[in-house]
Amino acid sequence: MSRIELTFKNKKNILNVYLTAGYPNFNDTVEIVKELAKNGVDMVEIGMPFSDPLADGPTIQNSSQTAIKNGINLELIFNQIEEIRNTVDIPILLMGYYNQVLQYGADLFFEKAKSVGVDGFIIPDLPLDIYQKEYLQKVESLGLDMIFLITPQTTNERIKLIDSKSSGFLYVVSSFAITGSKSDIQQSQIDYFKHINNIGLKNPKLIGFGISDKKTFDTACQHAEGAIIGSAFIKSLEGSKNIKQTVKEFITTVL
Amino acid sequence: MNYKVNDQGFYGDFGGAFIPEMLYHNLNELKENYLQIIESDEFQKEFKGLLKEYVGRPTPLYFAKRLSEKYNTNVFLKREDLNHTGAHKINNTIGQILLAKRMNKKRIIAETGAGQHGVATATVCALMNLECIIYMGEIDIKRQAPNVARMKMLGAEVRPATSGSKTLKDATNEAIRDWISNPETTYYLIGSVVGPHPYPDMVARFQSIISKEMKAQLIEKTGRDYPDKVIACVGGGSNAAGAFYHYMDNEKVELIAVEADGLGIETDKTAATTQVGTEGIIHGSKTLLMQNSEGQITEPHSISAGLDYPGVGPLHAHLFKSGRGTFIGATDKEALTAAYQITKLEGIIPALESSHALAALEKIEFSSTENIVINLSGRGDKDMETYIKEMDNE
Repeated sequence: MSRIELTFKNKKNILNVYLTAGYPNFNDTVEIVKELAKNGVDMVEIGMPFSDPLADGPTIQNSSQTAIKNGINLELIFNQIEEIRNTVDIPILLMGYYNQVLQYGADLFFEKAKSVGVDGFIIPDLPLDIYQKEYLQKVESLGLDMIFLITPQTTNERIKLIDSKSSGFLYVVSSFAITGSKSDIQQSQIDYFKHINNIGLKNPKLIGFGISDKKTFDTACQHAEGAIIGSAFIKSLEGSKNIKQTVKEFITTVL
Repeated sequence: MNYKVNDQGFYGDFGGAFIPEMLYHNLNELKENYLQIIESDEFQKEFKGLLKEYVGRPTPLYFAKRLSEKYNTNVFLKREDLNHTGAHKINNTIGQILLAKRMNKKRIIAETGAGQHGVATATVCALMNLECIIYMGEIDIKRQAPNVARMKMLGAEVRPATSGSKTLKDATNEAIRDWISNPETTYYLIGSVVGPHPYPDMVARFQSIISKEMKAQLIEKTGRDYPDKVIACVGGGSNAAGAFYHYMDNEKVELIAVEADGLGIETDKTAATTQVGTEGIIHGSKTLLMQNSEGQITEPHSISAGLDYPGVGPLHAHLFKSGRGTFIGATDKEALTAAYQITKLEGIIPALESSHALAALEKIEFSSTENIVINLSGRGDKDMETYIKEMDNE
């Protein structure tokens, strides 16, 4: 059983936190993940900074730009994850864009990720059909999980298709939005979450986009196995003088 | 070899739709509907009517006598600069706005670099009474002030793209983000043969009127419907796609694409994508693009804002890789020299983009009996500031 599967089996109200590798400072990645795990976060999603992150809003985009300026790259991220794995046992996902994977060499990317202790991937612009044709076998043979997004516009038929090709969990995009859009969860969104729950899917679900605090996290947990916080956490790191303290304070307000 | 898009949205190895799930529904809706709509008689009647009465088509195919004498060959200029709004861009915006209306979209967004596509979009939105939001890089807003004013006068809202390099690439990212956030009401009117399928094919079809007219005009002027060479500049590549479209399968016609070398391809100040680029994904399309070894997209440079783009449409990547197209480059300096030359020889002030195509005459070989068509994609009004600066050097 994969680390991700085990987490869903053993835990409820799963909190998955996104961070941008190499942000705010080049070497902060390791410490941030350690602190997140120590403070009760169940899973982390490490962003591989990309120059043109289409699905992301200004917060994650700016953090990516800073991280690239800080000198981060995939090889260094793999090194950081290797170091994290000495002390941290929660699932680690890599989130990024397909072009980075292509330039690294996709097969090599998946193998290297496996060897340093990555559990799964979120690559929003990797089309499902291309994944199925070119990478599914490889990813499955390595025992890794590929997570796909579903949105309020995804048809039932397509949700079922995505569910059948992905593993780990489904990333339920809460609304029409890019990351970092902030507002309360509306009734129409709750109806949408309920609708998803009634389809009968094999994968558990985490709700993301617009989850920023305790209130939105708790609401999301009523309708899915947990939720993902990204931009709100990145914002809290902006200009932080004491990373440990900042992480602790942020997570305490959510859990 | 097939040069048209296949049913998976690919031109050979290039194209496709590499987009987040949030755009899947919208693109699928477009993919399922665009051919049926644009091939209908009713659509074609309105499209052709507007191109004739509103845009001013057909544009002339002008035999450039003095330019031909200078190079001892036969040069024809396809006068896209004479279109309403001053460039070929309007062929596409008329087509897409009619499509958007039929898909019941009320809000139009677009990206623009030099502002030509922004103006052409704002124009058709005014014509059709639709809300119009144009994303434009903060730097481009400063360097293309007259076009910003035109868009505003036409009723469009111009939103600055403040991320990244603050130019066309970033304006495109912002437009895509807007579309993700407003998928139901909004139509994204892309200005070039770039982006996810079906945009490259759709834009190429709307621009193909250029080579369709050329065929009829060449019969009249030369007795056969094809030239020996067609020359066009390529940034994203929409005017070249239109000028090449009906000749791609005719191997007798040499298709010459001229990229912006900027300060030279040996420097990092260039936009010559096929020369310095590698395969990858940009704006939802697999194509050639300028990037570093880690897959970060790099900043291009060209004196011409319309060619200042780090990618190239997938059709052109395919023409390049298959060898069907001849890809050459012209530097900022060579484009300026060509602009001054044609102004003095023919009394035509070309856009800086089109000047790159004109510069090809200095770089390629031809015989005195050949017929060469250069696609003069736009007029130079918007570039007067750059030309004035150059005046002392000429």
